[in-house]
Amino acid sequence: MRASMIIALKDLSQRIRDKSAILLGIVAPLGLALIFAAIIPDASDFTSDIQVGVVDDDRSAISAPFINDVLPSVEADGLLTVESYDSAETAIAAVDAGTISAAYIFPEGFSDSLQAGGEATVEIVGNVDDSIATQIAKAVLDSYLAEVDAVGVAVGAVMVSGGSDVAGIAQSVTASTSAVVLADVAAGNRELDATTFFSAGMAVFFLFFTVQFGVSSLLEERHFGTLPRLLGAPISRWSVIGGKAITSFVLGLISMIVLAVATTFMIGAEWGNPLGVLILMICGVMSALGIMALVAVVAKTPEQAANYQAIVAVALGMLGGTFFPLSQGPRILSLFSKLTPHAWFLQGLGDLSAGESLKAVVTPALALLAFFVVTIGIASIWRKEVLAP
Amino acid sequence: MNVLECEGLAKAFDELVAVDDVGFHIAAGETYGLLGPNGAGKTTTISMISGILESDAGKVTVAGKEITTRTTDGNAEIGYVPQDIAIYPDLTARENLRFFGKLYGIPKASLGPRVDEVLEVIGLSDRGDDRTEEYSGGMKRRLNIGIGLLHEPSLLILDEPTVGVDPQSRNSILESVELLGQSGTAVLYTTHYMEEAERLCDRVAIIDGGKIRAEGTRRELVELVGQRDTINLGVIGSAYRLVEALESMPEIHKITAADASVEILVDGASSVLPRILEVAQQSEVGVSGVEVVEPNLESVFLHLTGKALRD
Repeated sequence: MRASMIIALKDLSQRIRDKSAILLGIVAPLGLALIFAAIIPDASDFTSDIQVGVVDDDRSAISAPFINDVLPSVEADGLLTVESYDSAETAIAAVDAGTISAAYIFPEGFSDSLQAGGEATVEIVGNVDDSIATQIAKAVLDSYLAEVDAVGVAVGAVMVSGGSDVAGIAQSVTASTSAVVLADVAAGNRELDATTFFSAGMAVFFLFFTVQFGVSSLLEERHFGTLPRLLGAPISRWSVIGGKAITSFVLGLISMIVLAVATTFMIGAEWGNPLGVLILMICGVMSALGIMALVAVVAKTPEQAANYQAIVAVALGMLGGTFFPLSQGPRILSLFSKLTPHAWFLQGLGDLSAGESLKAVVTPALALLAFFVVTIGIASIWRKEVLAP
Repeated sequence: MNVLECEGLAKAFDELVAVDDVGFHIAAGETYGLLGPNGAGKTTTISMISGILESDAGKVTVAGKEITTRTTDGNAEIGYVPQDIAIYPDLTARENLRFFGKLYGIPKASLGPRVDEVLEVIGLSDRGDDRTEEYSGGMKRRLNIGIGLLHEPSLLILDEPTVGVDPQSRNSILESVELLGQSGTAVLYTTHYMEEAERLCDRVAIIDGGKIRAEGTRRELVELVGQRDTINLGVIGSAYRLVEALESMPEIHKITAADASVEILVDGASSVLPRILEVAQQSEVGVSGVEVVEPNLESVFLHLTGKALRD
């Protein structure tokens, strides 16, 4: 352990000196998080003047709470301004005219269909020029339906534009099939607000670049000819590997913590329970360390390792949903994302930010540790080759 | 007392046998040379001796402690100077030395003074706080050796330390190695430069194709292969008349004449030369120049392996 610490301290001093770790671990993710947060505003920044309409042809025990309780509550928060319409035609005409941005239409028989076990459809008609408002209106409805556990409820969103046939659209609304089918909405699907999402997304994305400095430095030791010196020193070979792992771990964890603190104070990101966040960070760093170590042992040179690691980091980052919320993509993407540590990390944070207890991080943390165990296990098979002088 | 003892060392890389049944010993204060061309097995041998490379067979002990890739105790007795420059370019010389000093377990209190001492020995005291990427090749080489000396090892292993070094730095390195031998450190020195082996080494092993072909002092090796001295005479007058006059001398094994020179192969040139000059005077053949060529390790190597050291 003593030898590992000596090696790690040397490596850390080299990394700090060449500033590459600081640039990739802190400056780049922080900069991008700031940019994303600035150009993609939170709901509170742009919903104050969103006006929506609502048509309740169902008048049931399912539609009433939404119209009488949820919408007024949202309206009170300043998120939406709500206006009631007598018919789908008038609401769609208002959307078409731009008077309102979107309209909720509960068709007649909605609750009956639902209670009969069939598929029921709620339509959201949105103005084609205001798709964000439509998405927000849809999100409000999604949240409500999630609360009533309306498995099988369908929501259809139709965009209208000027000069359209209002009657025809109204007919299509009534007859339309579902555009979005809500699945079981569990805690795992809870999303972070935009600021926190991009802060955490950039942090975990760049984490994979930061930890590579440690594991790849084993290849640099060979490149500089210092590996034989280390192997010839009175220390165990595991000490050398341990030193590199400590370097990666410390760099990764420091960059995550600095980013969390910086984005909290600079742009108001809400990471959630600090202990839970720390657990996720530790497990996330370990998963990144394992994956990057595996990539490093496959490579022959530091340059090759850097290229491979960049490809893996970007691919996993994209698939893991660090650049956009997975809920906005196809469902299959959400499933595949579970093959990445990024998705588990963000899921854990989402649960924490939704006010879940520390228990919520257990599953994501275990998943992240599983990545570490599997990848380090495979990397160990190549250990002998990596430590060849 | 032997500092290094190794026997039966063997190593193969797939089908290639790099080292085959190599064994030798080095006493304290002795400088031992492994002389052989590139690819002879020198680096593989010392990699096994220093515990860097796992051997297929054989045993190594340094200062009585066994050395393998799994042991660590004995490694502190070894100072290893690899063939390639093995330093961190973004650290200063002092930082490089301190890092390796800590790895070798030099106590904190004595590390600073020891680093200063080594910087003085390798002539880098005034540049110790500069990053080594700013150093010349010779300075890097000196630091490379300094790291090996830092923990005052019982055995210093130098793997071709003068490759690619300018003549001035090379001479400085050779002088340092000579001083080490005098200080009681056992030195294992690999080289393919015959002159270095002859200058530095008390004993030399000729290695080729992974095997030690012969071992001993320079004189023992020369005698082992029956090498003789060559006397080249520049003559004024008839070279052939001198040849006729010298042919009857029993110390002369072979004599060849050209237009103005005579080449004579003898046992012990220093004792035979005065008699040859006397015969030349008696034969009324003038001598314009004398050159005595003693057999060297290059010719021994050629004799043993059938090829030159730098082939």
